[in-house]
Amino acid sequence: MSEMIKTENLVYAYHDENGNAYFALNGIDLHIQRGEFVAVLGHNGSGKSTLAGHFNAIRLPTGGKVYVDGMDTAGEDKLYDIRRTCAMVFQNPDNQIVATVVEEDVAFALENMGVPPMEIRRRVDDALKAVGMYEYRSHAPHKLSGGQKQRVAIAGVIAMMPRCIVFDEPTAMLDPSGRKEVMRVIRELNERFGITVILITHHMDEAVQAGRVVVMHQGRILMDGVPREIFTQVDALRRASLSVPQTIEVLYDLNAQLDAQLPVGAMTVDECADILQKFLQ
Amino acid sequence: MLRDITIGQFFPGNSAVHRVDPRVKIVLVIAMIVTLFLAGGPISYGLMIAYLAGIIKISGIRFHMVVRGLRPILIIVIFTAVLNLFYTPGDILWSWGFLHITRQGIFAAIEMVLRIMLLIIGASMLTYTTSPIDLTDGLERLLGPLKKIRVPVHELSMMMSIALRFIPTLIEETEKIIAAQKARGADFESGNILQRAKAMVPILVPLFISAIRRADELATAMECRLYRGDEGRTRMKQLKTTRVDLLAVLVSGAVFAAVIVLGRMGM
Repeated sequence: MSEMIKTENLVYAYHDENGNAYFALNGIDLHIQRGEFVAVLGHNGSGKSTLAGHFNAIRLPTGGKVYVDGMDTAGEDKLYDIRRTCAMVFQNPDNQIVATVVEEDVAFALENMGVPPMEIRRRVDDALKAVGMYEYRSHAPHKLSGGQKQRVAIAGVIAMMPRCIVFDEPTAMLDPSGRKEVMRVIRELNERFGITVILITHHMDEAVQAGRVVVMHQGRILMDGVPREIFTQVDALRRASLSVPQTIEVLYDLNAQLDAQLPVGAMTVDECADILQKFLQ
Repeated sequence: MLRDITIGQFFPGNSAVHRVDPRVKIVLVIAMIVTLFLAGGPISYGLMIAYLAGIIKISGIRFHMVVRGLRPILIIVIFTAVLNLFYTPGDILWSWGFLHITRQGIFAAIEMVLRIMLLIIGASMLTYTTSPIDLTDGLERLLGPLKKIRVPVHELSMMMSIALRFIPTLIEETEKIIAAQKARGADFESGNILQRAKAMVPILVPLFISAIRRADELATAMECRLYRGDEGRTRMKQLKTTRVDLLAVLVSGAVFAAVIVLGRMGM
């Protein structure tokens, strides 16, 4: 079993006050392999956060199936194992930190799991070191910056040693330097520890760092592929109210206005600069 | 302005008093309160004063901070003193109209004032030297046996610690809301009490909405981190009784015993 997440014709519908049915998710078939780093993109209301909730059994499908490491999320009895396998980091770090001391918060999940105290101590220290917050272990969370708080929240989750972590717009409330810190930690978790990462985001520059990009639009999967393949489809992305990375945008617009016929697949600033330099010469 | 609020008035430090196990401290404070009401006579009170003075000295907390802690109860102290002074029957020393001061009244007044002040000082030494989180922790463990008769001890202490965790967050939020409402022309400073109370509504409504939203998100986050209540839960920090605790118990025990014996003998 190498599939971490599998959804089969997943549907999530809800009714508004007038009794009209809305399909937040409308037939999602998604397979995510172990060790993948998948970014899920979509504008507001595309269903991307609703989808994320299904990977952790916070939401249960109204139709279709979701399997986490082979476990059906609809089964009550597996709930605990599912949440242990696939953990979740939320948008607002303030609303997911429980304790008044950093290390106590990181220990929270382990205490709930009934891990022996000595083992908790070791795993808390390891988790804090992994996110670079070890020196802050006895600080009060409210005195930390947004990026630091989010890293503490991540430490609290990795202490559980999950095989998969879903990040639900983890950088949405952070300043640029906080975003960078958190993205670095997320990449490291995937590369160094082999944790399957699912990153829900609407920042193109974050999605570019993933190995695979899934674009959501109106409760369906619009595109699914490697970043270079996705982001070069500028027209389709714009129709889904999404922008493209600035490096691609610049090349695309040059092509459109000057008929420059440049390759648009520049994923990094350096790549883009090289292409532009050649063009200018 | 709101940032100055400290809950429980904790003064961080690393003195022997700070290091005593919170459970031991809580029990000792209760024992001290009982002892205070069994004391009587100058020597026993003197001993209690010396005991508390010793604790203050060891804790390294400045004396005037402790005295400042008495200020809020000043009215109660004066009220008690006056009542005892005028309404204790006995040998009349001075009288004016219906007011009589008796010899017994003077003693009773002094005794009550001493008791109240020592009681408050003793109890504040607990909160001054124990962090709120240690205090909640200590209480949870002390009251642990009550779980058997279905007192939700763990839930109560969880609520306490979440409240402590969110106080700074909500203070920050309140400041933001105040600033936002001021920017929209809200006036919090002028008018009578009623008008000012009314002016608070536009602060409280958004604050409550936000607090409820936070609670909802926190609940989800806690569930995701496998919180299932008290069942099968372990703790990272184990409270261990050390030599400091033993010393605290022995010294306090000796003092309390002496005070009670002397007090019963009227000394």
